[in-house]
Amino acid sequence: MIILVIYIAVFVLSFLVVRWGVKRVLQARRDFTSLKTVTFGDESAVRPDRWASVISVVTIFLLWGAFTGSKWVPIHAPGPFVGDTAFTYTAEAEDGSRDDATVHVHVFRVGEEAAEREVPPGEGFAKDDSVSVGAWRSTLVRVDRNDELTRKDGANVVAVDGQPITPGGEVTTDAGRIAMTAKGSLNYAPPTGMQMEPIWLPPPEAVVARFFEVSREGYQNFTLWEHLYWSLFRVIVGFVLGALVGIPLGFAMGLSNWFRGWFDPIVEFMRPVPPLALIPLVIIWAGIGETGKIILLFLAALWIMTIAARAGVSGVAISKVHAAYSLGASRWQILRHVIMPNSLPEIFTGARVAMGVCWGTVVAAELVAAEKGAGMMIMVASRFQLTDIVIMGIILIGVIGYGIDILMRKAEAWLVPWKGRV
Amino acid sequence: MSTLNIEHLSMRFDLPNGGYVQALEDVTLELKSGELMSVLGPSGCGKTTLLNIVAGFLAPTEGRIVLNGHEVTGPDAERGMVFQQGALFEWMSVRDNVSFGPRMKGQRRAEYAANVDHLLEIVGLRDFKEKSVYELSGGMQQRVALARCLANDPDVILMDEPLGALDALTREKMQGLVLKLWKETGKTIILITHSVEEALLLGERLLVMAPRPGRIHREYSLPFADMGVGKDLREVKKHPEFAEKREEILSMIWDMEEEIMGRTEEAGA
Repeated sequence: MIILVIYIAVFVLSFLVVRWGVKRVLQARRDFTSLKTVTFGDESAVRPDRWASVISVVTIFLLWGAFTGSKWVPIHAPGPFVGDTAFTYTAEAEDGSRDDATVHVHVFRVGEEAAEREVPPGEGFAKDDSVSVGAWRSTLVRVDRNDELTRKDGANVVAVDGQPITPGGEVTTDAGRIAMTAKGSLNYAPPTGMQMEPIWLPPPEAVVARFFEVSREGYQNFTLWEHLYWSLFRVIVGFVLGALVGIPLGFAMGLSNWFRGWFDPIVEFMRPVPPLALIPLVIIWAGIGETGKIILLFLAALWIMTIAARAGVSGVAISKVHAAYSLGASRWQILRHVIMPNSLPEIFTGARVAMGVCWGTVVAAELVAAEKGAGMMIMVASRFQLTDIVIMGIILIGVIGYGIDILMRKAEAWLVPWKGRV
Repeated sequence: MSTLNIEHLSMRFDLPNGGYVQALEDVTLELKSGELMSVLGPSGCGKTTLLNIVAGFLAPTEGRIVLNGHEVTGPDAERGMVFQQGALFEWMSVRDNVSFGPRMKGQRRAEYAANVDHLLEIVGLRDFKEKSVYELSGGMQQRVALARCLANDPDVILMDEPLGALDALTREKMQGLVLKLWKETGKTIILITHSVEEALLLGERLLVMAPRPGRIHREYSLPFADMGVGKDLREVKKHPEFAEKREEILSMIWDMEEEIMGRTEEAGA
């Protein structure tokens, strides 16, 4: 909630600063679009503000760092309490007499050595105690353990730091939150601050360090590059097979009544079935090895490419086909020189969608069952609470998916230069 | 030589609601080699259907087309088409578009290169042969379409509103080019147009068609195409007979349109 408020505040503030500060100082570009006065409603005049993009990415990293106590970020949200503190409790004996005792608390960072301290017992029937607890954790404090009068003798804790407490209730003091269990023990939790615990969200430097460690030493018997390579390999083989079958099938459906009639029900039925729903069946049939993965990705790419190729054929202007016939072209020549090039834009659109779906499907399939691969890596890491590997894996999967899309767009601009210009 | 005979052509097809459309009824024509005939008529008069049947894209329900003594049964390189727009191949350069026909016949570059260069020279695109067609203006694209059709050396050229998508100034220039190509190559040409002026300027013969059913309404023989060759077409338009014919044909088509409107209203009432 606080993070959301901060995020919105940064959004608004940086907008105001860039709009009224930076843009005034820097000379704006004077191209044609910048001279348009109507931009609200003119989509072509809306261009991404590079300042906004940079600030957006920086903000995410700053928030991530600030709320995880990163060393890379100068400002931090209040961290968890670490160090020594104390609270007192008041015990009441059966006869109504009361005595105070102090609980000395040592809060340590999880993973560091915590030394148990000896404390002098103090006066009265309630004796002082000492506990240590990890930051973000809580501990049960059996304060009457060393007291002269314990619960068995009818003595009860009735207040903490002067605030009355009953079984099931809780009080908050400077030292933290103290709750009383139904049986009368105290449960102590030190203040957590506003930072995330590393096992929920590690700081950026931990993720980067883990990236270098995993790329050097590997994880789960395979190096990082092997994990990524196998995921990419499956995607590319599955996609290529899907395209090799799907494109001719789509052409056939666009060119022949019989093919259209025969395959229409199959394609229209299989298209809305998400490839993820096929994972269990593919595992039953082909196991968790490469064959199953590739069959799954083949099926994921097949229908998309079929429909793209069919749409490509139907997108050919009939005058082009007529012109080619009256120039003496044969059917084969028309397929080769008119229909195939003319459907390239549609096929590329389909290929981009198919690559995206395949990449998502391979990660999901590896999450379910695999011996290697990016999805398997993050799945296994999550079982061991290795959140830094999980986050590293997610970032790498995102970067690779984005990279694939950029490559496809470059290939499209190179192979289909007439797209959108006819 | 190449005589085109259109014999008792009828075209009738069923509609899904049980009715039918009589697109053409008993159209008979003879075109001699080297004639340029323009075809005019209100929309729905079947002029594009007629052209598509001659091209071989549609089969008539009655009658037949005979070219050079053999019957037309499908599209063929002997009958070239020029479309209004969008029929060029964007993935090919200007030169590859123009050489498409010869290449499809399996000719080698050495065989067709000289002719292609010559045609590009005639249509004024010599310096554009390496360009992509999407980089050209509409008028230039139609020049490519004309050159592409001529590169195949067809006996008959069928033009379906070839200048319809061009702006008025470009259109006038292109009309001159069509006349020039017609005279230089001596091709038989059927030209469909919506513009009465264009039909008068370019057509040695002018066919006015009437709708519902599509049929020949009237035919003219005109002197303007011969007058216009190599001259400023605006001079031809100033000819008193030109203005007279234009008015006559315009009012003829107007009457047909009115009649259609009246009939639709009756049907609606």
